Amino acid sequence: MRIAVIGGGVVGSLIARELARYDAEILLFDREVEVGFGVTKANSGIIHAGFHDEPGTLRARFCVLGNALYPELAEELEFSFRRTGALVLAFDAEEEETLKRLWEQGEANGVPGLALLSREEVLAKEPEVNPAVRAGLFAPTVGITAPWEVAQAAAENAQANGAEFHLGEEVFGIEVKNGRVQALRTQKGLYFVDAVVNAAGLFADRISEMAGVPFPTLIPRRGEYILLGEPAGNLVHSVLFPTPSPVSKGILVIPTVDGGLLLGPTAEDLPPEAKEATETTSHGLSQVLRGAGKLVPKLPLNQALKTFAGLRPEPENGDFVVGPTKVRGFYQAGGMRSPGLTAAPAIAQFLAHEVIAPDLALKKKTAFNPKRARIPRAAELSEEEWEKLIREDLRWGRIVCFCNTVTEAEVVEAIRRGARTLDGVKFRTRAGFGRCQGSFCMAKIMAILARELGLGPERITLRGPGSELIFGKVRP
Amino acid sequence: MKISVDVVVVGGGAAGMAAAKAAAEAGAKTLLLEREERLGGVLDQCIHPGFGLHRYREELTGPEFAFRLLSELERAGAEIQSGATVLSVRPSPELLVASEKGLIRVEAKALVWAAGARERPFGPLLIPGARPAGIFTAGLAQKLVNIHGLLPGKRALILGSGDIGLIMARRLHLEGVEVVGVAEIKPFPGGLLRNVVQCLEDFGIPLFLRHTVAKIHGGKRLSGVTLVEVDEQGQPISGTEKFFAVDTLVLSVGLIPEVRPLESLFPDGVKVNSFFQSAVPWIFFAGNALEIFDLVDTVAKIGEEAGRSAARYAQEKPPKPTAVPLRKGQNVAVLVPHELVPGEPAHLFLRVPRPLSRATIRVADVYAQNHVSLRPAEMVEIALSPEATVELARLPQADVEVIPA
Amino acid sequence: MTREFPCVSCPLGCLLRVELKDGKIERIEGNRCPRGEAYAREEITDPKRVLATSVKVLGGDYPLVSVRTDRPIPKRLIPTIMEIVRGLRVKAPVEIGQVLVANLAGTGANLIATRRVLPRSEKAEELSRKGRA
Repeated sequence: MRIAVIGGGVVGSLIARELARYDAEILLFDREVEVGFGVTKANSGIIHAGFHDEPGTLRARFCVLGNALYPELAEELEFSFRRTGALVLAFDAEEEETLKRLWEQGEANGVPGLALLSREEVLAKEPEVNPAVRAGLFAPTVGITAPWEVAQAAAENAQANGAEFHLGEEVFGIEVKNGRVQALRTQKGLYFVDAVVNAAGLFADRISEMAGVPFPTLIPRRGEYILLGEPAGNLVHSVLFPTPSPVSKGILVIPTVDGGLLLGPTAEDLPPEAKEATETTSHGLSQVLRGAGKLVPKLPLNQALKTFAGLRPEPENGDFVVGPTKVRGFYQAGGMRSPGLTAAPAIAQFLAHEVIAPDLALKKKTAFNPKRARIPRAAELSEEEWEKLIREDLRWGRIVCFCNTVTEAEVVEAIRRGARTLDGVKFRTRAGFGRCQGSFCMAKIMAILARELGLGPERITLRGPGSELIFGKVRP
Repeated sequence: MKISVDVVVVGGGAAGMAAAKAAAEAGAKTLLLEREERLGGVLDQCIHPGFGLHRYREELTGPEFAFRLLSELERAGAEIQSGATVLSVRPSPELLVASEKGLIRVEAKALVWAAGARERPFGPLLIPGARPAGIFTAGLAQKLVNIHGLLPGKRALILGSGDIGLIMARRLHLEGVEVVGVAEIKPFPGGLLRNVVQCLEDFGIPLFLRHTVAKIHGGKRLSGVTLVEVDEQGQPISGTEKFFAVDTLVLSVGLIPEVRPLESLFPDGVKVNSFFQSAVPWIFFAGNALEIFDLVDTVAKIGEEAGRSAARYAQEKPPKPTAVPLRKGQNVAVLVPHELVPGEPAHLFLRVPRPLSRATIRVADVYAQNHVSLRPAEMVEIALSPEATVELARLPQADVEVIPA
Repeated sequence: MTREFPCVSCPLGCLLRVELKDGKIERIEGNRCPRGEAYAREEITDPKRVLATSVKVLGGDYPLVSVRTDRPIPKRLIPTIMEIVRGLRVKAPVEIGQVLVANLAGTGANLIATRRVLPRSEKAEELSRKGRA
């Protein structure tokens, strides 16, 4: 049995991992040269509780299930995860009513621990919140993660268990005969497959079209963000939400796993073809400042590190598209709007074990290793452990990124685990994520990439072909 | 591995080398820690002339200045550990340092923090648009070109007319990169006039004063920037947008003193006295880690002062002297040191916020000096005699002002 | 027309003002010494600059050695000299102050190295790459 997963973001990588528990050949394809370089890389990183979603939707179901899976998954795969809880804040009587409605909705969805808080209780929990707040809804199961870490960890574990990742390979066509999937075509050639899982994020509609299966139009919903560096994260304990609108959860104030503070996102619907419009806008950034400032008035904006925008693939009908289709062997895992990141582990389990395995009569492997160890972080080791590593390998004693204390050994290990670009190294090691944003370490990391990959400096990119950094030698 | 010394100096650039040299010459057992493999700090990549005119009466390039200072340092007999990065500083002081030799614990009696500055990156500018490859800070571009021998692009625009931006405009131009211009948000250039002449006017590179970048264009790599004119409040003037097709944006938008491992010890910021001694009596500051200086000659002088003071502190542990605080009055943007020790000569370094012609610098009513022309890019040195500082000590605080004619 | 520029003859950096009429110098102001006046004249008639750039090194621990002219050369010769510099190759080791080219383009100025470049050790590099001493 040969199963292809199209899309190596958090959804596709987790699906590939679940499928790797079975006796089958698993191939994953992604047009980007690294996993998680699409929607996964640019979102809020929140593991939602599930009270934002209408009961009966796939979103509600998979969000609550997914949330419960995260703590154990984070331990198995060693990615950053913290249950911070969240507070939805109400500033007027109407919003207070909405909080009650959210509470009821949460209860109906089986969200544990929800509590309505008075103004005093809110301010006691979060002293930096705008004193004009009137009430709050507290959800203890909300967590934060670094979404790219989830994708990277799942990808590594899937590959360790036999899945083959074809990165930088774009699917152009899917062959269907007699209502059954036969093959798929990439720029490298034709692959005969028994099944295809569509986890292609913003391009899920196109992939579905290739298989002749209708898919709701995907609206790229742009969200702009401003990231403040540590120690800005000390200002708040939980994720702060405004009362949601019908369109989005609103502009949030989110503590990050690195001790920073993420402000955003906005919610701007773009034309369906704008699948790569990740530019920020001046009105968007102003909106972020206004929205975040309403929740937390004293934001240390002088600690801003970067601004970015992510696109959520909003399905027209508003819900996930998950499950089998009229084409046998073609399965959907698309329309991954919020809470896609939260739902991903539950969707992966559902699709792999309750749909695909029975459909294809797959047999479980006897040996599957669910554990993946992350790249050790010198900065977090004990002095003894670190000393020992330096004695064995001097590269542990060479600091490449001073802001985050990242060693050459970690950079080399990131490359060994699949980093091929500057962002690939950055997102695996946190090098370049600190206050200098790479101005001290970028040249060195580029040199290490060139050395380890055997490439000339003109071939080193920021995030794949087209994003080359160097145009030539000063003295060729 | 444990090392015990009298004075530990963090940073092997101009300030640190000078401080370590002076401390060693004063008889203190001195250790210099530098996180790169080579000493010199940014001097190593500043291959242009303009260094040493005061200290060596010769105009040298950065590497040559560093070489001279390094020779002086080696003669003074301080211990040097390169490839050594400070991880933490605890009282008083105890440093944890990472290097190929393992983790080193350094115990000392005094610390000179001369770790330089970092560049302000692109993020805090909140410039909207794409996030393509091709945006570099000027220091990074300089390192790529001068140390690694690599060209960052073919067609560049520089944002910020501070000296590093002007220097890079010339460097890139001479290496065949088309430099379409330098944009400066203020109505006057940020760097030395000499650099405006020799880096821009010499090569016909336009300087767009009162302009900033309004938008970034591009997909995976930069394809252009939109410049916009700004008003007196620095707000963009609609209708003045100009698009420039460039593949490289070089940022020279400010330097920030690097004091991160010490932050928790200075919740209200770093303030030093005439000895460059901070509120924590065993910590001394020198160079760009204290305040952004213009001349490396000044940095070396201050480094020596800090090193001498640190050595004296390590050897005698004198109580921290009471000092008279200085207050920044009108037209004083930058002022170091922040307080004066009465009875000691003091050198003050000051920057004005905007160009002023014919102005008087006053320190209370004890010191006054007329100047024909003052510019933000050039720090002014004020020498105060011990008598002057004694007089100032009679006041609760001394106002430093620059009064235009 | 008036041209204004700082004098670089000494650290004082006087701001010089030169009044020109039909390309001829009418008046020079702002200098505090005769060197300033001489500099102003030169700057108008045949400006000179110290040129700093890099030369390719063969077999060095750095790909380039930073260099400069050891005295100011006519600005108009910069493109010519850059051409010469681009074609140069020097073998490591290079010492600071080493003359790489004497009498550049007949200017009387030498091109000198401003940093030291040591010979590259492939063996040391390979060991370093593997994290060994």
